[in-house]
Amino acid sequence: MTPDTMGLTFLAFCLPFLGALVAPALTRLLGHNAAWPLALIPLAVFLHFLGFNAEVARGEIVTGGYAWVPSYNVSFSWLIDGLSLAFLLLISGIGTLIVLYAGGYLKGHRHQGRFFSFILMFMGSMLGLVASDSFLMLFVFWELTSITSFLLIGFDHAREASRRAALQALIVTGGGGLFLLAGLLLLWNVTDVTQLSLLMSFGAEVRASPFYLPLLFLILGGAFTKSAQFPFHFWLPNAMEAPTPVSAYLHSATMVKAGVYLLMRLNPVMGGTPAWETILPAFGGLTLLVGAVLAIRQTDLKLMLAYTTVASLGLLVMLTGFGSEYAVAAAALYLVAHSLFKGALFMVAGLIDHETGTRDITKLGGLRGAMPVTFLAALLAALSMAGLPPFFGFLAKEEIYVALAGGSLRAIAFTAAAVIGNGLMFAVAFAVALKPFLGKRVETPKHPHEGPALLWIGPMLLAVKGLVIGIFSAVAHALLTSPLASAIAGKPQTVTISAIPHVGAALLLSALTVAFGIVIFLVLDKARAAANRLVEDIGWGPDRGFDQVMRGLVRAAVSVNRLTQPGRMEVYMTATFAVVALALLVPPAVYGEWPRAPVWPANIPFHELAVMLLAVLGIGAVLAANNRLTAIVALGIQGFCVALLFLLFGAPDLAFTQFMIETLSVVILALAMTRLKLTPRDHRSLREKIPDAVIAIACGLGFALYLLRVTQGRFDTALTDFFNLYSKTIAHGANVVNVIIVDFRGTDTLGEIAVVMVTGLAILSIIRIRKGGKAGGEA
Amino acid sequence: MNTLIFRTVAPFLTALMVLFSLFVLLRGHNEPGGGFIGGLIAVSALAIFGIANGIAAVRKALWFHPMAISAFGLFIACLAGLLSMVFAVPFMTGLWVYPVILGVEIPLSTVMLFDAGVYLVVVGAITSIALALEAGDDL
Repeated sequence: MTPDTMGLTFLAFCLPFLGALVAPALTRLLGHNAAWPLALIPLAVFLHFLGFNAEVARGEIVTGGYAWVPSYNVSFSWLIDGLSLAFLLLISGIGTLIVLYAGGYLKGHRHQGRFFSFILMFMGSMLGLVASDSFLMLFVFWELTSITSFLLIGFDHAREASRRAALQALIVTGGGGLFLLAGLLLLWNVTDVTQLSLLMSFGAEVRASPFYLPLLFLILGGAFTKSAQFPFHFWLPNAMEAPTPVSAYLHSATMVKAGVYLLMRLNPVMGGTPAWETILPAFGGLTLLVGAVLAIRQTDLKLMLAYTTVASLGLLVMLTGFGSEYAVAAAALYLVAHSLFKGALFMVAGLIDHETGTRDITKLGGLRGAMPVTFLAALLAALSMAGLPPFFGFLAKEEIYVALAGGSLRAIAFTAAAVIGNGLMFAVAFAVALKPFLGKRVETPKHPHEGPALLWIGPMLLAVKGLVIGIFSAVAHALLTSPLASAIAGKPQTVTISAIPHVGAALLLSALTVAFGIVIFLVLDKARAAANRLVEDIGWGPDRGFDQVMRGLVRAAVSVNRLTQPGRMEVYMTATFAVVALALLVPPAVYGEWPRAPVWPANIPFHELAVMLLAVLGIGAVLAANNRLTAIVALGIQGFCVALLFLLFGAPDLAFTQFMIETLSVVILALAMTRLKLTPRDHRSLREKIPDAVIAIACGLGFALYLLRVTQGRFDTALTDFFNLYSKTIAHGANVVNVIIVDFRGTDTLGEIAVVMVTGLAILSIIRIRKGGKAGGEA
Repeated sequence: MNTLIFRTVAPFLTALMVLFSLFVLLRGHNEPGGGFIGGLIAVSALAIFGIANGIAAVRKALWFHPMAISAFGLFIACLAGLLSMVFAVPFMTGLWVYPVILGVEIPLSTVMLFDAGVYLVVVGAITSIALALEAGDDL
């Protein structure tokens, strides 16, 4: 990679984020037409990555990047092979159309600029995720997609349903991200590499590692939550609360595919083991069936599509883990085909909603006259989704059946799952594409007419692309799907399937699927009722389970909080000092590390003795004081005596600071005491005083013993020598203490003064609250 | 404590102490002193002024809100650290210049800037606490 391309690639990764910065201002300036200039950003990214196509198609892997934190071996580096490139192109290509679509869909919306900003940020995170080479970068972008999708799903933040959906998505996918982090750290430990490109040659080590199973669970924890595999599938349909451009983007090519991406990326490293080939297809197949059945149940266009997305993701996971060359090729084909038709259909659903005011399939009909272009786009996309020739979806489905068909029990089971799932999706595809357009005209909340070009360009282009790729499959295979399949398999693969049907088991299964789909489509209302009954009989679902878990968590937090934060100062003080005393006294008792009895020095100078005596007198005065203020001042005597001792033993800096601190703490304590409106005298009875006294004495004793022990140990002068030696030569200062504070350990000091300031702010606000929250005025 | 003598002497005392605190701050690099101690001396000075002449007088004399002074201190302390980035050395590396003014070489450094930041943070934060506590309900 030449430096020029490297810089440009880096720019391509930054561009969406830069776009997010200018989007609000641009939208204020141009209104919804800001979509046109903003769409240039993903387009530029798309074209840039298209330039890598030739290299990648030759089987090369493009890597590049910059050192980020070299001391920790962390880099901002990318890896572009067939898998990354396919994702990069899908994300930026569909992203371009989505930006345009959002321009039309949210026209006149108060926060359209904010929306553009969010979606571009999301796009940037997604691009970074699929191109990351370093583990850390992968994780950072992974969590960034969770956070930005939270913003997108909760975009309509005034509605509770959308807030809940956003939070749910964040908790499920963000929580999954933590599994991923743990998994990546474990991978790092096992292989000692932090880059995916290097990891590829460690497959055997990883699979043979004793940590393989925990590793697998951690990675799957990340991938399954992100890609909405059963039983974590519930967040995806709930996320339909988001505006349709979000659904079309997140749930076709991007967010939910991230988990699938991760599995495909790690397939050459972790795949091929019995665990991988059991867990992945089992969960994938189950998700496929659950998603398809739940899709049939819905009447809302977007929800129908959402559940088929769940089903499709299940299919992809199943194929990724199935473990044959054809399965990998099928996964590659289906991945691309699904992104195209699902993106188009979601946009169609939004378009219908936008123009008619409803997306309930039972309240729609006869729109073909009013919205012919939409109808055409829907039909083309549905044909691909249904898997009919010569559409791209057909190729994918044929390859799936070629991969799955076989004589073993395992093959038969998964083939059956695929046929049922695909058949149900076939029915849903046509329900979405036909029901609203055919039949009698039904009255809708808004008078329907064709949407503006901004709205139908996207679905139309994607749907047509599904047809074009299907027809010119040889080109697509050479440029896109073969490198993609090779990257997933970890070795060169050629995808050869074309739109011309071949007689064989696969075609037979396809015919079976189509027949089953047509039957379901014809009896859709009855099938819906049956699916409804089934779900109602089960009653409980993971969605409710999520609520129960969250409620339990909140309840546990509240009870812990009540236990530990009763709000009484006495309890806090007692607890704090009791713990201090225990921490000081228990370890020496356990390890037998008591100090030796100190030898009383023979000739202590008179003035030192006097100072010590004065300190003791100060303490006595504190105890004897019958008035709080007197006690505070008496405590000051003791403090000054200690400062004097510091001075006598040659620590002027410490002594000065101690003097000032004592002065100020007496002033501030006295002020605080007058503020607190306490009784001037101590109100504790003797029975309360005794435990307090015990704790106080234990603390004092603990500190005294601790200091004795420390001073009796051998003093390591390495640091002292270092600072004495270099204070003048490196830091140009003769006062070692000050040089340490402001230079050698300056970053510590920076943290400390930040704490000082924040503490000041906190105290200030507490005082203000005490004054009854009177705002305004000088404080 | 509001005797006439105290009220009369307090401003002079305060001025002297603030001057002394600046002296302590600046000598800190080679002799006992520095931002923390200097800041604490300045706070004591302001406390004396406040006890003698009232909160309003202190606020007027400070001109800025003490918390703003504190925040500004933190800002210049960060700035002192970040300046090293411009010269491509690690964060918080001390940088020195020795301009000669009127024939006297004066060593200036980011370390000194940093110490001044520490001084301002301490002065601002503790003064604002003390003032808020001293003030009555007329906050």
